[in-house]
Amino acid sequence: MQGTFQFTVNGKPVQVVTDGERPLLDVIREDLALTGTKYGCGEGECGACTVLTDGLAIRSCITTVADAQGLNLQTIEGLAPEDQLHAVQQAFVEKDAMQCGYCVPGQIMNAVGLLQKNGSPTRDEIVRGMSGNICRCCNYVNILAAIERAAELGSSRTESSRDQ
Amino acid sequence: MRTDPLTQELVEDERYELQQRPAYYFQANRRQFVQVLGAGLMIAATTSGNVTAQQRGGRGRGGRGGSPEPLSHRLHIGTDGIVTVLTGKVEVGQGSRTQVIQAAAEELSLPIDQVKAVLGDTELCPNDGGTSGSRTTPSTIPQVRAAAAAARELLADMAAEKLSVERSALELREGKFVHPASQREVTFADLAADESLAEQWRTTSAGDATLTRVERWSILGKPTGKVDGADVVRGVHQYPSDIRRPNMLYGKVLRPPAYGAELQSVDTSVGEAIEGAVVVRDGDFVGCAGPTSWAADQALQRIAETAEWSTPGDQPTSETLYQHLKRTADGGGGRRGGDGASDAEIQAALDAAAKSHEAAYEIAYIQHAPMEPRAAVAEWEDGKLTVWTATQNPLRVRGELMGVFRLEADQVRVIVPDSGGAFGGKHTGETAIEAARLAQAARRPVSLRWTREEEFTWAYFRPAGLIEVRAGLDGDGKLAAWEHTNYNSGGSAIETPYTVGVHHEQSVRTDSPLRQGSYRALASTANVFARESSMDDLAAMTDDDPLAFRLAHLPQGRLRTVLETAAMRFEWDRRRAERQPGRGVGLACGIEKASYTAACVEVAIEDGRIKVLDICQAYECGAIQNPINLRAQVEGCIVMGLGGALSEAIQFAEGRVTNPAFSSYAVPRMRDVPPIDVVLVNRPDLESVGAGETPIIAVAPAIANAVFHATGKRLRSMPLRGDFA
Repeated sequence: MQGTFQFTVNGKPVQVVTDGERPLLDVIREDLALTGTKYGCGEGECGACTVLTDGLAIRSCITTVADAQGLNLQTIEGLAPEDQLHAVQQAFVEKDAMQCGYCVPGQIMNAVGLLQKNGSPTRDEIVRGMSGNICRCCNYVNILAAIERAAELGSSRTESSRDQ
Repeated sequence: MRTDPLTQELVEDERYELQQRPAYYFQANRRQFVQVLGAGLMIAATTSGNVTAQQRGGRGRGGRGGSPEPLSHRLHIGTDGIVTVLTGKVEVGQGSRTQVIQAAAEELSLPIDQVKAVLGDTELCPNDGGTSGSRTTPSTIPQVRAAAAAARELLADMAAEKLSVERSALELREGKFVHPASQREVTFADLAADESLAEQWRTTSAGDATLTRVERWSILGKPTGKVDGADVVRGVHQYPSDIRRPNMLYGKVLRPPAYGAELQSVDTSVGEAIEGAVVVRDGDFVGCAGPTSWAADQALQRIAETAEWSTPGDQPTSETLYQHLKRTADGGGGRRGGDGASDAEIQAALDAAAKSHEAAYEIAYIQHAPMEPRAAVAEWEDGKLTVWTATQNPLRVRGELMGVFRLEADQVRVIVPDSGGAFGGKHTGETAIEAARLAQAARRPVSLRWTREEEFTWAYFRPAGLIEVRAGLDGDGKLAAWEHTNYNSGGSAIETPYTVGVHHEQSVRTDSPLRQGSYRALASTANVFARESSMDDLAAMTDDDPLAFRLAHLPQGRLRTVLETAAMRFEWDRRRAERQPGRGVGLACGIEKASYTAACVEVAIEDGRIKVLDICQAYECGAIQNPINLRAQVEGCIVMGLGGALSEAIQFAEGRVTNPAFSSYAVPRMRDVPPIDVVLVNRPDLESVGAGETPIIAVAPAIANAVFHATGKRLRSMPLRGDFA
C-alpha cells in the first residue's frame, strides 16, 4: 500500500512516499542514500542493519517503513558530526575492532544503544547485549575490547563534563 | 566439475578450485555473436577473449617466471608526493590493503598515511593472481617491496643529481632526501614534478634493489591498524553493495525451487505491470530490475507465481550424503601423500602391527556466509561493461563476463571495492553476470545483491568429506603404518607430518551433491581433524599422554616447536593430570600453506552439550609483518573454527538447503567465544607466509580430543555432536 511516511533521520525531517511494507533498511539505503546501514540477513538475526530510535537499537531489516512513522532515527552516519568520532567509533578504531568491517556500523549502533542503557556494563552484560550482532570475521575479541574501551571513554567524558 | 575448453581458460590456479562454467549462456548475446562472426568460429572467438592477456607481474605467484615488471605497473607517485601501490589482490577483511601499504612505506621510508593502494581493478592493477591460497604475503608483498625499493633507488639518484651531491651523502626521511651538510632537501613531490621521472618510471624495473632487512623494519613488523578504519566506523566506506551510480536500478533474479529444476514456462508480463520494472527472460534466466529492490522483488514475486518447473529426480540428502560419497568414488583424485609404499606394503605393515586402529570420519558441508552476500553493480557505456563486485578473483570474473557477453578484455572492467568478507567463498562472478544482463536490458546501471537465503542456497560450499584412517603400532608403541583416504573434501594437509614406518594418503574424487569450492584452509581442517583424532586414539592405545605420543613421532622442527609452545603455555601436563569430572583437555597440531599451528583446549560437558572453556593456540608463519592483524586473523580463525567444530552444517533434502538462514544455521556469536590465548611465534629469520587460513585447522580436533578425555566418547563427525545425557 502506497503511503506517505514521515520521520526524522539524523535530526533531519524525512518524508517518503512509498509502499508501507518496504523494509526501513531499504528506504534508508536506497531512498536516503545512507549506505552505512547494512543488509546481512533480512530476519533480524545478525544486527548489520541496526539503527537507533530515540536511543533504542532496532533492526531496520524487519521494521517496515510504516512502523517508522514518527520515529527519530539515527544511523551510523549521524552518530557524530563530520570529522569527529563518537566514543564507540573511536574505541573501534583504537582496538582495531574490524576485519572486513561490514558488520561494524551495526555493531557500533548496537553498542551505543547498549551503553545508553547501561554506561558501565560488566563483561557478561556486553556479551549478552552484543550476541545479536554477527561478525563472520569472528573478530569478537577486539569488538568486546572496543566496547569496554568505549565504556571507559564514555564515563571519562561524563566525568569531565561534570567537572566543568 | 569436469573441465571443458571453455572453463579451462577460467580456471583459477589454487590447488583446489571450483571449476565450473558461468551460470548462464544468454541467447541474446549468442545471437549477436553468431550474426557477427558465424557459428563455426564460436570456440575460437571465445578463447581469443584471453583471460591471461595481462601477464603476471614480476616474480609471479609461487616463484613462477616472468620478467621483472616496470615500476609503473606497480607504483604511482603523485606530484603531492603520495605513492600509490597497484595490486590485483583484493581486500576482503584479511588485511591486504594495510599490508601492501606497510610494505611500500617500509621500503620508501614513508609514513603510512603517505601511501595509498588501488586493489582489484582489472584496468589499473597488475595480474597478481586471485586472492587465495594465502599468497598475498609470500608472493605479492615481496613484489611490492621490490618495486618500492627500486623506486627508492631511482628517486635517490635523481635527488643526488638535483642537489649535485653524492648519493651516499643523502638521508631519506619521510618523503624527503636531505643533505645534512648543506641543509638542503628534495621531496618526493619535487621529484615527481620532474618530467624525466615518468620515462624512467616506465623503464626502470623492480629488479634487485636491496630490501630492508627484517631487523631494521620500522613499519613492517609493527602493529598497524586497518588503514581505512575511520571510514569503516563512520559507515562511509563503500562496499560493493553500497555502490550507487546515476539512474541506477535494483535487480532480482528468479531462482529455481530446487537444484536441477528447470523452467518449463513462465509469464513475465505480470512483472512488467509493476511501475518502472524491467523484466528480462533470456533462456533460463529470468530477472527484474526496478527503481527500488522492493519494486524489483514485487515484480519477481508475481512472475514466480506463474513459473512452472520440472521436478528433478531423487537427490542425495544430508542424511544419505556420506554413503553417496563412498558409492560414487571414482579414484580419480590422485595420490597426494605417502612415502612410495605400495598398497600391498601398507597392508602387510597393517597386518603385522601389534595394535591396529581403524576409523571413519564425516565432515559436513558448511558455508562461508560472509556478512556481505554476493553483490554487483553493472554499468554499460558505449559497449563497455564496468562491474563493481565482490570477488577474490577479478580477472576470473572479467573472463566470465567476456565469455558470457562475447566481449574483448578491453571491453570489461571489473572493480573490487574492499568487500564484506569472503573466506574462499567469492571466487566466482554470479552477481556480476546477473547484474550485467539486467543492466544491458534496462540500459541503466543495475545493483544486485543476493539475499541471505540466496547466498546460503546458490553460493558454493566447503566440500563435505568422508575420511577413512587405518593405522598400526609396533610392539614399542611406535607408528608402523598409516593409511588416510579422503573422499571428496580434498588433499590439503593430507600427508602426515609424523614419523611413520610406511604411509599412504590419498584424496579421492566423488560426485558432490552440492556445488563446492574453496573455503578457508580448504580440506586441511577435515584432514587434520581425522589425523589428530586418530593420533589421540593411538596414544590411548599405548597409554601414552597425547602430547608425549605426538612428540615421540615428531622430529625437531617448526611443528614440534609450536606444539611444545602451546602445551607449555596451556600448562598441559598439570591440566591433563588434574582431571575434573565432566571436564577434559585435548590438543592438536598441523601444517598448512607453510605455516604451523597447535591448539590446546579444555571443555566441559554442561547440560549434555560441549562447552569450550578456553583455547590456547601457538602459531608460526615466519617473520611477523603486522602483529595486530596477525593476532586478529588467528583469533578469527579460531572462532570461525568453533562454528565448523560445534554447530555449522548445511542441511539439504529434495534439492534444497533446509537451513538457509542465520536463525537455522548457527554461526559463532560473541557469547560462544571462550577465553583465547594466542601465542605468536615470531621467526624473523624466516620468510613471511600468509596467515589467514591455517590457524583454523587444529581447533576441531583439539575439541574432539578434549571431549574424548572428558567422556571417553570419540566423536568422529564435524560438527561434533554427542549424546551426553
